[in-house]
Amino acid sequence: MTARSPLALTGTAAALLLGLTACAGGGTSAASSQPASGSVAGSSAASASDTAQAGTGASDGKVTLYSGRDENLVQPVLDQFTQETGIDVEVRYDKTAAMAAQLIEEGDSSPADVFLAQDAGALGATAKEGVLTEMDEETLETVPEQYRDDEGRWVGLTGRVRVLAYNEDTVTQADLPVTVAELTEDEWKGRVGVAPTNASFQTFVTALRTVEGEDEAREWLEGLAENDPQIREKNGEILADVDAGTIDVGLINHYYLYEMAKEKGVAPEDMKASLHFFEDGDLGSLVNVSGIGLVGEQEDADAQKLVDYLLSEKGQQYFVEETFEYPMVDGVEPPAGLPALDDLEAPDVDLNDLDDLQSSVQLIQESGLL
Amino acid sequence: MAAAAALVPVGYLFLRAAEGGVSAWLDAVARPRVAELAATSLALTAVVTAACLVVGVGAAWLVTRSDTPGRRFLAVVLAMPLAVPSFVAAFTWVSVSDLLPWVDGGRLEGFGAAALVLTLYTYPYVYLPVAAAFSRTDPAQEDVARSLGRGPWRTFFTVTLPQARLSIAGGGLLAALYTLSDFGAVAILRLDTFTRAIFTALEVGFNRQLALTLATVLVVLTFVILWGEGRTRRAIPAVRTGRTVRRAPAQRLGPWRWPAAAGLAAVLVAALGVPGVSLIRWMGAGTSLSAAADRWLEAVLGSLSLALAGTLLTMLLALPVGVLAARHPGRVSRWVEHAVFLAHGLPGVVVGLSLVFLGASLARPLYQTTWMVAFAYATLFLPLAVAAVSGAVAQSSPAIEEAARSLGAPPRVVLRRVTLPLAAPGLGAGAALVMLTAMKELPATLLLRPTGTDTLATRLWSATGVGRYAEAAPYALTLVLLAAIPAWVVVHRTGVVPAEGVRA
Repeated sequence: MTARSPLALTGTAAALLLGLTACAGGGTSAASSQPASGSVAGSSAASASDTAQAGTGASDGKVTLYSGRDENLVQPVLDQFTQETGIDVEVRYDKTAAMAAQLIEEGDSSPADVFLAQDAGALGATAKEGVLTEMDEETLETVPEQYRDDEGRWVGLTGRVRVLAYNEDTVTQADLPVTVAELTEDEWKGRVGVAPTNASFQTFVTALRTVEGEDEAREWLEGLAENDPQIREKNGEILADVDAGTIDVGLINHYYLYEMAKEKGVAPEDMKASLHFFEDGDLGSLVNVSGIGLVGEQEDADAQKLVDYLLSEKGQQYFVEETFEYPMVDGVEPPAGLPALDDLEAPDVDLNDLDDLQSSVQLIQESGLL
Repeated sequence: MAAAAALVPVGYLFLRAAEGGVSAWLDAVARPRVAELAATSLALTAVVTAACLVVGVGAAWLVTRSDTPGRRFLAVVLAMPLAVPSFVAAFTWVSVSDLLPWVDGGRLEGFGAAALVLTLYTYPYVYLPVAAAFSRTDPAQEDVARSLGRGPWRTFFTVTLPQARLSIAGGGLLAALYTLSDFGAVAILRLDTFTRAIFTALEVGFNRQLALTLATVLVVLTFVILWGEGRTRRAIPAVRTGRTVRRAPAQRLGPWRWPAAAGLAAVLVAALGVPGVSLIRWMGAGTSLSAAADRWLEAVLGSLSLALAGTLLTMLLALPVGVLAARHPGRVSRWVEHAVFLAHGLPGVVVGLSLVFLGASLARPLYQTTWMVAFAYATLFLPLAVAAVSGAVAQSSPAIEEAARSLGAPPRVVLRRVTLPLAAPGLGAGAALVMLTAMKELPATLLLRPTGTDTLATRLWSATGVGRYAEAAPYALTLVLLAAIPAWVVVHRTGVVPAEGVRA
């Protein structure tokens, strides 16, 4: 046996590669650091050094963001922010729930400055654990009251509506249900796709419990479970099956249709799947938000600037165009082809009450769906 | 020390579970649903382990001891399914549901599907160490058995298998624990197992307390499995002494040569062909392919650096434990060896989360650095390395070490110049296993990686999570190809030696 053990080889290679990535790592934090010259939007734009004087908190030209939303959806707008303000954004990406768990586990020693979450429930849960700090009053007031925390610890960034996706070939518009409650009727037996393990469905159930009461929610879930539903893991899987015609209808969030059309390279209208909005304030068309909160006890001027940027016209416009979600501020139009948020007569739900998914999950489990 | 490192997450777990008190623990655990989930998990583990033993040992024997055609190629490729992360495997299997004749109109899911997919991607845990063991054992005893009139089957069961018993038991244990702690495959194939209950509590209920409490049950289940495995190795393994190793002549299979090759090929088509077909379909089905080009290199470097750091640390920690277990079998070494296995039965997210807490509060300078990830890999994958080390060391004769010592060599020199070189094939296989497994690890990597670092696995996860399958495909392909390199090196240079050809 020669002395060249695989271990020694591995060691050398490891040292080599660690060095390599260290170099690569330096370059990854983006097109940043040089403040962009020329036009910058509004008062929120300033170079890093100005911010230190202007802001209330400390500023070091760097923000650490924990993002529960996907990189493909978020990174471009963060790059825009860095270009315009010179503030670097270091981002960790993970699922919203995992990120919330991580933040709570890290507690006071969290390296995060900002938490960007997929849904209001996760923000509520972290706020309850004392992880989030209060935001500027001015920032809060740009967003309608029903889409932010009562105590100002988080604010909605974009709106998403629960809808019923249906296949145009197998379901005529006249046959579509008026309320989500109708989906438990015989007519829909074996035809409805749901994702009981998905947070968006569980949030809907939480709303049902909060507004209609435990018994109503249980009855609906049991009715749905007995109606031979088509269970899937994710909204996207439901939509794919609806589009393919394997499922007639399915409960999803509205923007999935647009994302799938984009990935397929076709216009949303050309898909076999279409969106149906429940009317008259029916809970089926619950409006939830993705939102953002400041982490830690110390107010950080850079972090506050990031929140302000995402709520600025530019930031909001980005989400409308790229993620097909509803804007939260006045003066920005919703994505083309979607009904206005106000016209939806969105059901009256306090998003602060949606942080208890646990009881909903239990109810879903007891109904046999999970 | 090494054992203590592995026990860190387990200790944290029990500490946190104890916070609620015994009655709260019982409230959370003593429920019919928990019993039901535990039963499903154990049944799945039993079925998958049994299937892995059959496939793994069978493949190892065919490749190293028979004249199966194409065994040189098969020897390497049979280790490859290990490079496919279970969540990718399950996903790709589900997305070819429409091509599977026995899944009519629906979707591949349930117990059978989960058992099939997990077996296809877990059997290399048995195959690799057993093939290495078969390559190393002196065929002299088999020759004796055959010359005394024992048939090939009896020789196989009474001589060949017992000689590789440690490796078989070790591999079976790894397959069992992998199945027990897997979340990705069972989630996608919609089988309610224990890991899913932990996930539900954690990710949808934001209830860490319940999740950690449930995880303690997994530790107990792991303990039971360890106890079962411990019973299979009561007797001291037979050890070849003295003479130089001679490679075993290939057993002639006669008319069974081609069916044997076809059987192995079928396993490979299922394990590698199915994902291949899916990935090609994915690539053609979307517009997001170009996004992969910008991110690819960074992800490759991220995967390699994290996995190499993890492998290095893991092997360093595994050496003392493995040598201790093989050379000084006894109560203490058995406890130490079992200790490193406890964390292996836990889902990565639980280990990751416990290290988040400890890292953020106690080891802040290391938190979110490569070394924190390496440490997580070490706690998760130490058993892979320990099984390989102890298996390899046990197979070489202690007499050579004794001779070295009697000639005045200090223990350190004996270890470096005698024990380790003799155990090199096993060590190589162990390092490769750790490397492969580390590359496809996802939940702990996501929680602990340095901010801004991505690996092929995290990229894959992120892309499939938002339905960008076209972008996901190149990451998956690269991951498998990249993982193929260490496997190839080890299988070829040291570990698995295909049987010599025979001329008729």
